[in-house]
Amino acid sequence: MPAPTERAALFGGIYSNHLALTAALAGIQTRNIDSIYCLGDLGAFGPHPDRVYPLLRDNSVKTLAGNYDDSLARDLPDCQCGYTDPRDNQFARLSYQYTYCNTSEENRAWLRTLPGEIRFELGGRRVLLCHGSPRRQNEFLWDSTTPSHFLEKLCDDYEADVIAVTHTGIKWERELPSGRLFVNVGVLGRPENDGTRQVWYTVLTAEENRIEAEFVSVQYDAGTLARQMRQEGLPEEFAQTIEDGWWTTCLEILPARERQAGRY
Amino acid sequence: MSGHDRETRELPPSQELESLDELWFQVGGTLCNLSCNHCFISCHPGNDTFGFLGIETVRKYLRESEKLGVREYYFTGGEPFLNRDMLQIIEETLAIGPATVLTNGTVFTPASIKTLREISQDSPYSLELRVSIDGYNPQTNDPIRGEGTFEQAMAGVRMLVEAGFLPIITIAQTWPQQDGPAVFESFVATLKEAGYSRPRIKILPTLHLGMEAERTRPYSRSERISPGMMENYDSSQLLCSRGRTVTDRGVAVCPLLIEAPEAHLGHSLAEAAVPFRLAHGACHTCYVHGAICSNIGGWGVD
Ligand code: SF4
Ligand code: SF4
Ligand SMILES: [Fe+2]
Repeated sequence: MPAPTERAALFGGIYSNHLALTAALAGIQTRNIDSIYCLGDLGAFGPHPDRVYPLLRDNSVKTLAGNYDDSLARDLPDCQCGYTDPRDNQFARLSYQYTYCNTSEENRAWLRTLPGEIRFELGGRRVLLCHGSPRRQNEFLWDSTTPSHFLEKLCDDYEADVIAVTHTGIKWERELPSGRLFVNVGVLGRPENDGTRQVWYTVLTAEENRIEAEFVSVQYDAGTLARQMRQEGLPEEFAQTIEDGWWTTCLEILPARERQAGRY
Repeated sequence: MSGHDRETRELPPSQELESLDELWFQVGGTLCNLSCNHCFISCHPGNDTFGFLGIETVRKYLRESEKLGVREYYFTGGEPFLNRDMLQIIEETLAIGPATVLTNGTVFTPASIKTLREISQDSPYSLELRVSIDGYNPQTNDPIRGEGTFEQAMAGVRMLVEAGFLPIITIAQTWPQQDGPAVFESFVATLKEAGYSRPRIKILPTLHLGMEAERTRPYSRSERISPGMMENYDSSQLLCSRGRTVTDRGVAVCPLLIEAPEAHLGHSLAEAAVPFRLAHGACHTCYVHGAICSNIGGWGVD
């Protein structure tokens, strides 16, 4: 096998899960990675949002802004997820208010400096990183609702050979008929509605003729995180998701296929 | 008064097709086994103003849509499942992208559900079924949708749920705003009782067109979008900024206005990619409620 020429680690959706972030960064250190990228949504859902920021800065993580970061940075009244179900909306509001009140002014100022997208080259391929989609920060790109011909058009329109996003919370990848690559890197903040505690980051490696995406599972102390969430008065439903791996809220955004795979 | 004159002379704003994300197919035309008294295109068993779309027509537009990068496919009517090509249409669509079918839920058979399930499982893409029910019991539903339709539609929902589907129950809001939360809870309870343990619900405003204009009232002249209203407005909320609708008479701007001659824009998706003047009362409903046609977004009871 030819030696990889370059290697990048990608993650998104930290959702204040500082314990998973710490574990992921430790794993990344062992993998001969050149650059680390965060695709946005630092806060939400979890406890002590300010604990995430020093971890990103100390590890030189190149970070772009997600919808949550954009809301916090601009003092918006909500997270721009656009829930219409009254129950989802109530949980989204609780989580946003907690995160807003517990994020320092200094960190919110830092969020204001984040770009909306990052471009770089990997093995001669043009890589485009963004939060939801290249055209909209809060667009959900799910495996079961995103046609390949649509992804080809995004690659054409935004002049990229590899596009990587997050925002939905569930990882997936697709090699397109043209040979280009689309990756949703998943999230570090909470399990992906699969009944396990593991969370995920992605390693992109330049192979001889292609870019290889590898999803890496992260194990961390979910019990401690859930305890901290309860201590902070965050909803029991959130702590439960961390512990048993099933999403309990914000289910309305899930398409049929992804919803069928979950418990609630 | 001159101010008033200026207002009435002002042209309605024109909306560009910003990106063709949603391709709608009027597969059922205006033909329906029901004749709901709020139907905004007045469908009934004898209304053939618009007819069924055949598989060849759908195929032609699917091919064109691939080149244009369409994201999602929607099927409506009338009642789509009266169209005998419907299962094949869904199958061929699901080969290239996600499909959503808007149905009244009353014409499913065990055989059609079994085929739907197989088609859905064979595709990497989601098949969404949106079943229209307008009340949480016969007393609230049947006066609108017709005698016996509550039980018929719930029987359809039960069959779908037993087959592993998670239909989106689509409800036209015919109750006063303040009753919203209570009605929502009643729907959830009814659906759970019927065995649908995690019901998905979408509530829509009614459109004061067709039968609904007679049942309640037509649009008033003040219910229009003025150019000033489009400033700082997120135009992606309007389906016409990111979708087109195929009918048996060509491509229309959206599924809501097919009865307006000026809503018909051409005979290919390329031809129909022209701006449209938002001159209609229904445009005002879209403007106020946002994303009323799509699966996600739209009007909650919040
Ligand atoms: S509202 Fe739907 S079910 Fe009722 S008549 Fe119209 S098309 Fe048929
Ligand atoms: S009714 Fe709605 S979707 Fe149709 S043209 Fe008017 S604003 Fe656009
Ligand atoms: Fe996000």
